[in-house]
Amino acid sequence: MIANVGYGALVITLLTALYGIGAALYGALRGRPRWVDSARNAMLLTFPLLTISALSITALLVANAFEVSYVQAVTSRSMPTYLRITALWGGQPGSLVFWSWLMALFATAVTLRDWRRDREFLPWVIVVSLVTLAFFLILSIGFENPFQRYWATPSGAVITAMFQPQGTTLFVPPDGRGLNPLLRHPGMIIHPPMLYLGFVSLVIPYAFAMAALVTGRTDDRWLRLTRRWTLWAWVFLSLGLILGGRWAYDVLGWGGYWGWDPVEVAALLPWLTATPFLHSAMIQEKRGIFKHWNMLLVILTFEVMIWATFLTRSGVLSSVHAFAQSAIGPLFFAFIIITTVLSLGLLIKRWPELKSEGELRSLLSRESLFLINNLLFIAILIVCIWGVFFPIFTEAAGVIGQIFPGVAHIFTGQKVTVGPIFYESATGPLWAALLFLMGIAPLSAWGSSTARTLGRAVWKPALVATLALGAVFVVAGVRNGVALLALWLCMFVTAVTLYEFYRAAMARSRAHGMNMLVALWQLAGRNRRRYGGYIIHLGVVLMAVGIIGIELFQTETQASLALGESVTLGRYTARYDSLAEFDTNDNRNVARAVITLFKDGVPVGELYPRRDYFYESEQPMTIPGVRSSIEDDFYILLINWQPISTQTATFKLYHNPLVNWLWFGAAIFLLGTFVAAWPEKEPDAVIETRARRAAVQA
Amino acid sequence: MNKFMIGGIILLAGVVFLIVTSTVAGAQYFYTVDELIERGAEAVGTPARISGAVIGETIEYDLATLTLNFEIAHMPADSQLLNDEGGLALALYQAVNDPSRTRLRVEYVGPLPDLLQNEAQAIMTGRLGEDGIFYADELLLKCPTRYEEAAPEQTGN
Repeated sequence: MIANVGYGALVITLLTALYGIGAALYGALRGRPRWVDSARNAMLLTFPLLTISALSITALLVANAFEVSYVQAVTSRSMPTYLRITALWGGQPGSLVFWSWLMALFATAVTLRDWRRDREFLPWVIVVSLVTLAFFLILSIGFENPFQRYWATPSGAVITAMFQPQGTTLFVPPDGRGLNPLLRHPGMIIHPPMLYLGFVSLVIPYAFAMAALVTGRTDDRWLRLTRRWTLWAWVFLSLGLILGGRWAYDVLGWGGYWGWDPVEVAALLPWLTATPFLHSAMIQEKRGIFKHWNMLLVILTFEVMIWATFLTRSGVLSSVHAFAQSAIGPLFFAFIIITTVLSLGLLIKRWPELKSEGELRSLLSRESLFLINNLLFIAILIVCIWGVFFPIFTEAAGVIGQIFPGVAHIFTGQKVTVGPIFYESATGPLWAALLFLMGIAPLSAWGSSTARTLGRAVWKPALVATLALGAVFVVAGVRNGVALLALWLCMFVTAVTLYEFYRAAMARSRAHGMNMLVALWQLAGRNRRRYGGYIIHLGVVLMAVGIIGIELFQTETQASLALGESVTLGRYTARYDSLAEFDTNDNRNVARAVITLFKDGVPVGELYPRRDYFYESEQPMTIPGVRSSIEDDFYILLINWQPISTQTATFKLYHNPLVNWLWFGAAIFLLGTFVAAWPEKEPDAVIETRARRAAVQA
Repeated sequence: MNKFMIGGIILLAGVVFLIVTSTVAGAQYFYTVDELIERGAEAVGTPARISGAVIGETIEYDLATLTLNFEIAHMPADSQLLNDEGGLALALYQAVNDPSRTRLRVEYVGPLPDLLQNEAQAIMTGRLGEDGIFYADELLLKCPTRYEEAAPEQTGN
């Protein structure tokens, strides 16, 4: 019953969306505002309809309705209720409905805004949003239906179908397969929705950009309207990526946070286009240049986002994440190709109207440095796409070898993959260059800037960074060249950014005769985008310090210990005190060791590394014991033990210097995005009215 | 405008250089067990990525040195082939229970992975040694029966 309601709601949503597309097109092309209003109502209807569908899945999940194949695939009786609710995005069919539901939510929020000044955009924003939504609904209804049920045929076979096939009876399995224990982690529970929020939120700027191209209203109105959407999309994407890293660090038990797994890289791709877009959009608003480039970037971001949804869900990439394999790949490809061709066609049509209002004059001007920033991000994007698709390229290149036997030894068609080494060595210098730009760009002038003026601004922070680096060299004894260079860049950016805050707060406190701190607070309130951006930069620097720490200075060891024995790693000593094995009431067997940790011979606490064995899924899960401090993490894993005597046990130990700077930096980073995205005190309508009034008076 | 052209060309050249050198440094040949054995001496020592079905009874773990030894059986790498065989779970089952499949001994030093078990798919990067053992630096495991791919027919029983 509930399944039929949910499925019916999906079908009605699709019909509503198709009607909305038709009505909006008709209304826009024939100039019939009432049809556009009707399309708007259709758009508003999709959200409650999809809410019914999503709630139906949730109800089935909570009610243990194992006759529904999706419920059976992702839940089991022993799972707590909150995990059953979040199983909505635990598998592909549910994820797609969840995606559509979020999409409808965002589209509704956009539709409800005040459209009086942008009436001509409305039908086209509706068309783009609903076409995207309809695409995902077709996937859900036709290929990945979460409401399919099991039916037993008279011969005893069990088949899946939405509606009862002739002569069958409903089949209810006694229990479900449950969620992989590795995924039962708070980070993993909120990581997919965050990425999805980021993904769907990117549809909005794309929809406005397309509306601008169709209507020919190609000034930067579309950019101003969608700036905040892009920023929120970016916050969610960043948060999703960070939570994924935290999950890997806590759960996967190798003391790492990012493995350049193809699916991880795929999730990074939209972030790599959204970040330069945020930067270059500011240049267009300020100087009226980069108009073509911004259009290209917003189209690229949309396509890459759809692509990332596909890559993470299709199983074309052999990876730990590819739990889901299905036949929807060709449909994604068709959608991407069609939307790319249409978008580029529109862009070419409007190309002459998007002429720049100014030009780049100096290589060291602020706008040139922003352009270089954009190109570096795109370079990283190319590196990542190259890496993700290299196995597919090399396999396909076998065709070249067959056609031209002369080069057959090069193009053998043998599948070749590239590992983390490739990504690290290819993107490392590009990230470093971005850090450097982050340092000098705030000091460069708009319009024209010479090496001399820039040098005059740069030398002081550069000197501060060099002195600080000297301290690191002498006091901390760091001798690694790569680390020294990277740390110098971090300190340089920090010096520049703090100096920018200081200079502006100082000027403000002098001019208004106020306290420095008050001036600083008001500063962030006046120019949120700029100072929010600087806070984000500081967060990135802190994250970079954490990454330098764990990547270049991680140490590890392992030991088999008898009770009372110790192992030493750096300044830490771990003493193995006891081990207990017990069953829990949620169907786990837990082996838990007690470790007393000493730092420089002083006891600093107890750690409890453990191994949980899940009876139901017959799978163990290793949970590290971690002692975190601002300085480092001490991370210990229980590898094995003697089950009967519990006398000896084997441990693996990691020392991860500075890793918490990564998580702390992430928090600062998010704080900065909130500052930047928070509405300004004066909405731009007020500013424009005032400007108009001033113009009249003049 | 010239200085922008020169700057752009330098940047482009740098990126191409980075991609080419990193690809050479990071490339790993993707082999099935059969392909690796076929190449014989030629494959010894070159970085490779290999996938196969874990044979449960061959798993040995030395606690003192954290050295893991097990055998994998040949399985087709192509996802299309896997679909023809009826899904990854079935392909793994067939690979493990077919004595005529080529087998390869693997050695890996590190913590015993949680997912290592009979009929898991092991995806490894490493090098083939002269002794015919594959020395893995990295070990990824997939157990399809635990997740979505299992055919509903199997669940019914």
